[in-house]
Amino acid sequence: MTARIGVVTFPGSLDDRDTQRAIRLAGAEPVALWHKDKDLKQVDAVVLPGGFSYGDYLRAGAISRFSPVMDTVIEQAKAGLPVLGICNGFQVLTEAHLLPGAMLGNDHLHFICRDQKLRVENAETAWTGDYRQGQEIHIPLKNMDGRYVADPYTLDKLEAEGRVVFRYLDFNPNGSLNDIAGVTNEAGNVVGLMPHPEHAVEPLIGTGRTDGLPFFTSILKKLVNA
Amino acid sequence: MSRTPLDTVEHAAATPDVELPWAELGLKKDEYERVVEILGRRPTGAELAMYSVMWSEHCSYKSSKVHLRQFGEKAPESDALLVGIGENAGVVDVGQGYAVTFKVESHNHPSYVEPYQGAATGVGGIVRDIIAMGARPVAVVDPLRFGAADHPDTKRVLPGVVAGIGGYGNCLGLPNIGGEVVFDACYQGNPLVNAGAIGVMRHEDIHLAKASGAGNQVILYGARTGGDGIGGASILASETFDDAKPSKRPAVQVGDPFQEKLLIECTLEAFREKLVVGIQDLGAAGLSCATSELASNGSGGMRVTLDDVPLRDSTLSPEEILMSESQERMCAVVEPDKVERFLEICAKWDVIATVIGEVTDGDRLEIFWHGEKIVDVDPRTVAHDGPVYERPYARPDWQDALQADDANKLPRPATAQELKDQILKLVASPNQASKKWITQQYDHFVQGNTVLAQPEDSGMIRVDEETGLGVAIATDGNGRYAKLDPYTGAQLALAEAYRNVATTGAKPLAVSDCLNFGSPEDPAVMWQFAEAVRGLADGCRQLGTPVTGGNVSLYNQTGEAAIHPTPVVAVLGVIDDVARRTPVAFQEEGQLLYLLGDTREEFGGSAWSQVIHDHLGGMPPAVDLERERLLAEILISASRDGMIDSAHDLSDGGLIQAVVESALLGDKGARLIVPDGLDAFTFLLSESAGRALVAVPRSEEVRFNDMCSARGLPVTRIGVVDGDTVEVQGEFTLPLADLRAAHENTIPSLLA
Repeated sequence: MTARIGVVTFPGSLDDRDTQRAIRLAGAEPVALWHKDKDLKQVDAVVLPGGFSYGDYLRAGAISRFSPVMDTVIEQAKAGLPVLGICNGFQVLTEAHLLPGAMLGNDHLHFICRDQKLRVENAETAWTGDYRQGQEIHIPLKNMDGRYVADPYTLDKLEAEGRVVFRYLDFNPNGSLNDIAGVTNEAGNVVGLMPHPEHAVEPLIGTGRTDGLPFFTSILKKLVNA
Repeated sequence: MSRTPLDTVEHAAATPDVELPWAELGLKKDEYERVVEILGRRPTGAELAMYSVMWSEHCSYKSSKVHLRQFGEKAPESDALLVGIGENAGVVDVGQGYAVTFKVESHNHPSYVEPYQGAATGVGGIVRDIIAMGARPVAVVDPLRFGAADHPDTKRVLPGVVAGIGGYGNCLGLPNIGGEVVFDACYQGNPLVNAGAIGVMRHEDIHLAKASGAGNQVILYGARTGGDGIGGASILASETFDDAKPSKRPAVQVGDPFQEKLLIECTLEAFREKLVVGIQDLGAAGLSCATSELASNGSGGMRVTLDDVPLRDSTLSPEEILMSESQERMCAVVEPDKVERFLEICAKWDVIATVIGEVTDGDRLEIFWHGEKIVDVDPRTVAHDGPVYERPYARPDWQDALQADDANKLPRPATAQELKDQILKLVASPNQASKKWITQQYDHFVQGNTVLAQPEDSGMIRVDEETGLGVAIATDGNGRYAKLDPYTGAQLALAEAYRNVATTGAKPLAVSDCLNFGSPEDPAVMWQFAEAVRGLADGCRQLGTPVTGGNVSLYNQTGEAAIHPTPVVAVLGVIDDVARRTPVAFQEEGQLLYLLGDTREEFGGSAWSQVIHDHLGGMPPAVDLERERLLAEILISASRDGMIDSAHDLSDGGLIQAVVESALLGDKGARLIVPDGLDAFTFLLSESAGRALVAVPRSEEVRFNDMCSARGLPVTRIGVVDGDTVEVQGEFTLPLADLRAAHENTIPSLLA
């Protein structure tokens, strides 16, 4: 058997089709979900893809968070449904309070697109099981509002509980506190990160690396073995 | 509010003596008289608005048309061309049932006035042209030119333009894969912001801008219509019809990329369900253009009820509605029984869609306002029968003196140390320096099909995931060469873009161009234009790559000073399998470096003459298009048969620039030997055309040499990939770290 992984399309989502491709390449079945539809079509996991949903108007992720589909995503995530938020999806997850913290504009005030080096700080979440703890990987990063911030108490708690999943290495591309690139919730089923693993799944395309593929194989293994 | 009576067709016929502000709207007296003659009466205000904007230089190509005809007359036979000049964009067959549409346009003047929005709406406009052909946009490219890099105003214009291109393109989800950034004092006050886009579709999905079939409905969808981008119409509205109304609005439009993203998705969904008979985007001249072009290209007429146009500002006059250049709008012609489904799809994407008219049996375009007819014209007279000028042109007096001022006679470096210093200065000069600070503000990765992006020689996009079919695009132009000799300069731009496509392993198929020049009223500029068009048309015929469309931008000058004539040429190519693409970066130490082509003493217009001597004179490099074709064939064969692992075109900055770029990108150095018969200076810095640098694995050396000699292409072994320096034996050694610092720090230190 394989797993069915849903990808939500919000108005302004950009990487929804790319994420579906990555899921397919990992051997799982991608399922398109529509933001106006509360029905998750009985998927085993959900990805909120990157993009500029609602044009990032008001604040990145602030409007999408109120889409009908998010009611179900929030409810089921709290019940253990694996959810991955990439870039704009991460922003939606923080707006929905499924993940702590918030994203501000990059400290240099420019959009930045680069091949970013990361360290895997937690290889035990639903989405990172195929990485090794401490593994260094390269994943493309591209965003305008990628500066992760949280209050000191939350940061300490995240660090103490091992909930920082990825950290920027060599270069902090946006001024994120503690070089944080991605975090998880207490249960480890919800993960959000700014870099784009779905753009690092084929040797010829993009940066030519496949360091992003383990995201999708991790979840597949977890679901199939469950 | 006091409003004078509506200027209906009936009213116009009854009041022949009413004076209209035709001069303020940019019409010449004889042009206005021609409108009166066509209509057999004075135009209404709304009709005058339409004629004035559609007969403007920008929309009618009235100064350039007589020259542009050569692109059709001299077009080479090409099986690949599916749709040629005259539609929103040309369409090329790339095999396996796929068609590709591409085009380059200018948004120069708005980008100087308001850099962010000017550049952003430039991207928006070209992308809508691509959608209007039925294609999904898959990539954008941006050839840009600014004033001197250290001029204070460049720091205002460039960051705004770059942020605008990024802000719009990134939000649309289009990878930015190529383009150029060039600095020259001649563009001070007149930056060139050209924007290109590529779209992909199946052959059967090609759509055209025409309205046929009486009873078919005309649907306006996308953003509401507002008062932005109205130039002349405001004069008409405020001075003639309603003195009380304040109507000074910004002449530069404001873009909303989120709205455009929705427009893309809902249009493609409507295409998939075969709901669309004809389609046109609303760009320059807004509804005036869309309605007159759709109607004139179809078999019938059209009736439009202007009251039904959704407005952002309810006080707009009918003339303003017709001329508004509000962004993110499209116009579709849909059969009556499919209207409901079309509107459903728009609603799904939260896009406002409104039936504003229908196709009629007759041959008139009739537009109504409050139940009264305010436009009654033959749409062809608006869209196609604009004035055509045979503007006088003459080779300028100064051209001989410019060409006689030979750059080959400039003082050259006397010692190896001086040569080394000049090279370090060159790779750090703004035009030769890394543009990473700019290009990293653009998304290269979105859509997950980007095989190559800048700083590669051409951008490359995978079209089919199963077969690996891909397309490549390169844009090039060198205003300095074109100033020295416009005919040759245009051919050099074509040759370089053609070569850049071939260097990556793709076969060049077709051309689009953006011709940026000064005022056509200056005979010297008109001569430059005529020569450049002749050069480009001749070159395209010889290379077998037809011009499929493009754009002309005139009046690029401040006062009397025109920009360098700057024809920017885009070449589109196809590659059977993107796995065979050839990158710029050196891949492996020990690979052999070969120089393909002939190196002559050619320094006219060169980067060296500019950076070291601040000089522009002499003749540009000679063009040999047959050689370019042979070089391209060799590069494509070598890529297909796995004989080369990296390749880089040689252009401005010469061989050393190419070696430094390949070394820095691959993080591997090179040892070079000056070949017999050449001095180190000419070897490293000449800008002879028709050349490329390739890295050949040792196992392929014999096979590669045999292929070149069998086909008669001069090939010279010049060194090896090695170490962490660029060493020219007997001359100098430059550590990669020093080169990287010189090459990568310039732009951030000037602009960040």
